Amino acid sequence: MNAIEVRDVRKTYRRYGRRKSFGTLKSAILTGRVARDLKADDAFEALKGVSFDVPTGKTLGIVGRNGSGKSTMLKLIAGIGRPTSGDVKVHGRVSALIELGAGFHPEISGRDNVFINGMMLGLSKREVASRFDEIVAFAELEEFIDEPVKTYSSGMYMRLGFSVAINVDPDVLLVDEVLAVGDEAFTHKCLDKFADFRRRGRTVLLVTHSLDMVTRFCDEALWLDHGLVRAQGDPRRVVDAYLLDVAAAENRALHRNPAVSVASTTEQPEDMMKAVEGRWGSREAEIASVEFVRSDGVAAHVFESGEPLAIRIGVRAHHPLNDFVFGVALFSAEGVCCYGTNTDIEGAEPHEFTGEAEVGFVIDSLCLVAGTYTVDVAVHRRNGVPYDYHRSLYTIRVTSRVNETGIVRPPHRWTFSGGIRISGL
Amino acid sequence: MGARDRPRRPAHSRLLHSLRQLLRHRALVQSLVARELKARYRGSTLGLLWSFINPLLLLSIYTFVFTTVMPGARSAGIEAGGVPFSLFLFCGLLPWTWFSASLLESSNSLIAGGNLIRKVLFPAEVLPIVSVFAGLVHFCLGLPILAAFFVYYRVPVPLTDLAWFPLIVLEQLLLTLGFALMVSALTVHFRDLRDLLTNGLTLAFFLTPIIYPLSQAPAWARPFLNLNPFTTLAVSYQEVLAIPGPFLGWPRLLIFAVVSVVVFVAGYFVFDRLRDTLAEEV
Repeated sequence: MNAIEVRDVRKTYRRYGRRKSFGTLKSAILTGRVARDLKADDAFEALKGVSFDVPTGKTLGIVGRNGSGKSTMLKLIAGIGRPTSGDVKVHGRVSALIELGAGFHPEISGRDNVFINGMMLGLSKREVASRFDEIVAFAELEEFIDEPVKTYSSGMYMRLGFSVAINVDPDVLLVDEVLAVGDEAFTHKCLDKFADFRRRGRTVLLVTHSLDMVTRFCDEALWLDHGLVRAQGDPRRVVDAYLLDVAAAENRALHRNPAVSVASTTEQPEDMMKAVEGRWGSREAEIASVEFVRSDGVAAHVFESGEPLAIRIGVRAHHPLNDFVFGVALFSAEGVCCYGTNTDIEGAEPHEFTGEAEVGFVIDSLCLVAGTYTVDVAVHRRNGVPYDYHRSLYTIRVTSRVNETGIVRPPHRWTFSGGIRISGL
Repeated sequence: MGARDRPRRPAHSRLLHSLRQLLRHRALVQSLVARELKARYRGSTLGLLWSFINPLLLLSIYTFVFTTVMPGARSAGIEAGGVPFSLFLFCGLLPWTWFSASLLESSNSLIAGGNLIRKVLFPAEVLPIVSVFAGLVHFCLGLPILAAFFVYYRVPVPLTDLAWFPLIVLEQLLLTLGFALMVSALTVHFRDLRDLLTNGLTLAFFLTPIIYPLSQAPAWARPFLNLNPFTTLAVSYQEVLAIPGPFLGWPRLLIFAVVSVVVFVAGYFVFDRLRDTLAEEV
């Protein structure tokens, strides 16, 4: 038995110009399709034929980038709006946590608002009355329930909205990114409530950007991409596939504006440390290209923490040089220098540099936590006078399976002895 | 479960289905009307008293203008019939205020409640209907003042005529609901309607025998005035309440019952046709 059945659903939003002619009023009323009869300037297909089922009692997580059609799908399932074509079937009472406290009136008391909101969500007055204490207790608003809602803080407002919606006790619960409603303790209560829901065999549909929630709570995941289903199935696998795709897209985006094209031949700044971004130097020697290469030899911009990273620097000397130093530095997004070195510091003695050449800087294991880093690349004299200095012109992204904090991720392992039993490390 | 169960069916059966749904929502309408009244006077010192004071002030202004500033405009005919002008005025003004305020408010109701329509599965027609019923409550609160006027001027109300009063109110309710539903849904698509409505209602006010009796209008104009749907209601209120003698307009009132039902159904039909587009357009 399926609680939700979605069959080849399409949804097209039409955008039309400012001129709305009254000449179409009659036909608009007769056909009931105002939006379709007006000449559309532009159509936007939010969903392009989506089909899936959610079996009763299962929790489905929908992931996808912004604008992939997740919220549209949720609204269609909630019955707010109809698909342009296709069918949506839902069995049982639906409650949608899309916008919490959407119907609250600021001037009247929390008590009155609970009743009206509950009735808007489909409860009878008696049903609200019998659940009233539970709703107020869950929202932790016993003291304030007779105050006008306009005196509530935004957290109190959201908690009350959440509490009413969840206590409608629906057969199918639709959740759209609303778990950030309160402090940690309240979030835990909400998660407990969801768990309780699942135990009682209710169906939950979760739209979220928190992939962690999807892998932890969902029986199944659905990945929407540009209005189409890209994958459906085991949450771990769908989320991994999604993450891989996001990384690939970021790679493309970073690659598309290679910073070398920034032909900013700015003057050397007064204070090197304050320089944010730019390129300067005498250009007796030039950095012609910079590439970041993965272990498989493919140029990339996204690297997994702990993997090897090679920086390939194409250089050219316009006349033979015997005083030269190659340097590289990595900066975190906050501008903290994570690591910097050059051939001179490391004791290298320059002899000759003529014509075109390539410099490789190979890191066997990229010991950085997940984040975005900028890279400085330079060639200069031993006294520091630059030939060609590229400050923060390159960006790489480091990803990691775990979310540690800090900057550096030293290679490490845990050991335990005695009465400790731990698995998963 | 509201709109979600609404399958694609022929228009008339869909309409009946929606009407049945509406009956299920009467408790919600009731609570929202109560909220509307509560919220409106919240924080004001006089509170609900304003519902009494507002019509009284409005009436005083009109009475002042038509008896003191330009007494020529006042109908000699009414005075001859023994009905004081302000009493006659009140009989038409009170229901008109209900009618025009309801329409103005409902034209804005869906846009104001846009958040609900876009984000919550919610029977949208409840919003304009609440506007009309809130108006009805104010109308009812005005009735004791009207009664006080009758006592003050010692004008007897024929009790047999008074029996028609509930029917007039019911017809006005249906008529107003029909227009309110139509106007509210159309305003979402054609926002210009709000401004047109404001001016249209001002025009309609003067084309309705409220500040003058129908009998005083020139003969050539009367057929046109009679085309105005509110004319029948205003004249009926005046005849039943203020004008002495038996109520002779009852056949017309009965015919108008059909008109008001037709307007209501038409209004609901328009609303129902536009319902699906509301969430996107509001």
